[in-house]
Amino acid sequence: MAVVILDPAHGGADPGARGSSGLAESDIVLSYARLVRISLEAQGIRVLLTRQANDDPSFDDRSKLANAQRGGVFISLHVSSTGQPGTVRVYSLPQMTVQQSAASAPRAGLLPWDRAQFKFIDQSRRLAELIQIQMAQRFRGSSETPFEAPVRQLRTVGAPAVAIEVSSVSVPDRAPLDQMGPGLADAVARAVAAFRTIYESGGK
Amino acid sequence: MSKGLKTTLVILGAMVALGLVTLPGLRQAVRRLHSTPRTEEQARREVMQEPISTPTDVEVQAQMYWLSGSSPNSLDPTAIQLPLSADPVERSKQLLNALIVRAPRPERRTLPAEASLLAFYIQPNGTAIADFSDEIVSGMPSGILSEQLAVQSIAQTLGANVTGIRQLKILVHGQEAETLAGHLDLYGLFPVPSLAPAAAPSSPVPAAAPTKTPVTSGAAQTKATGSAPAAAAPAPGKQAPH
Repeated sequence: MAVVILDPAHGGADPGARGSSGLAESDIVLSYARLVRISLEAQGIRVLLTRQANDDPSFDDRSKLANAQRGGVFISLHVSSTGQPGTVRVYSLPQMTVQQSAASAPRAGLLPWDRAQFKFIDQSRRLAELIQIQMAQRFRGSSETPFEAPVRQLRTVGAPAVAIEVSSVSVPDRAPLDQMGPGLADAVARAVAAFRTIYESGGK
Repeated sequence: MSKGLKTTLVILGAMVALGLVTLPGLRQAVRRLHSTPRTEEQARREVMQEPISTPTDVEVQAQMYWLSGSSPNSLDPTAIQLPLSADPVERSKQLLNALIVRAPRPERRTLPAEASLLAFYIQPNGTAIADFSDEIVSGMPSGILSEQLAVQSIAQTLGANVTGIRQLKILVHGQEAETLAGHLDLYGLFPVPSLAPAAAPSSPVPAAAPTKTPVTSGAAQTKATGSAPAAAAPAPGKQAPH
């Protein structure tokens, strides 16, 4: 595994989820991405960010950055409007999409851009499991098993890819969300380190 | 006193008497207007969305999937009395309109109150196409969790009350949208769990057991939808016709 691509979602004119107190998902996930980057680099893992500031690359531009790497892992960071505050959910694309994509896969061995993720569903699910269990150990009320959802950003990434969603911007100020940052970063770094061992040994 | 002045005084007196007689009624009308303020949304809905009724309507217990009253991460089936048509398309429209306007409490909503269903079709292969107004996007709480629950509430409500729908395509104002509110992919088709009884569509739908239906984890989705694939997972490469 050569690199982790961290994706702070939204940005620019798109704030993502907004809380009644004015909290914006796009601001919080950028601060999370910076913390996760530090934790990953401390493990000797190279990191790229899909955005460094308050701008808003398209879904495809973010995927392009990931798809230009070999041996990358993609992690998209989100904060929701809803859900039990202080909990974290980790998502990968549903398994059924793999089966349905097999019939329409191109023969030349090339992955169609709009279904680039489907070849990596199993690996993504494994990564989601590793991250979710780390989150459950740190954030009370979080599930021990990961979730599946058709997250748009993940579909066009041709690498193991997950989305992490923290609840939520509904809190009165950002202090509780900021307090979750170091634990979130440590959880991701430990899970990615475990995934790297599995990934490089060719296992599942 | 001249005759003209007398006549004027008589007319004025009559008008004052008439005013005194009608004043209480006017006061009541003003009080009524104050006590029942109509929101812009209600006024628009009255004009735009008259209740759909068809000759085959039968009052039945419909199973509606709104947010759980006890957990913000799951849906609960709730039985309500609803006149539903025997025609699957009209029946689906009635159900989706009720899903928007009949939530028992605001915090149990899955779809924005200001959203409306613009059109609904069912293709011969069992693909339903639901076309919502722009407010389904602009009024939707942003997030993977909330957007997935919104789609699942539509799919499961249709699956529980209409036979023959196998999958669902969501359009926004007649167009394909990339996401519902920034996260959930609207690219493909969403499976509709087959939860409706095999009886004729117009027969009453029995109330489901009052069990919670968690739907956000992969395992829970399977549990909630029986043998059907996980809800809210779009099948790729099957685009609805324009």
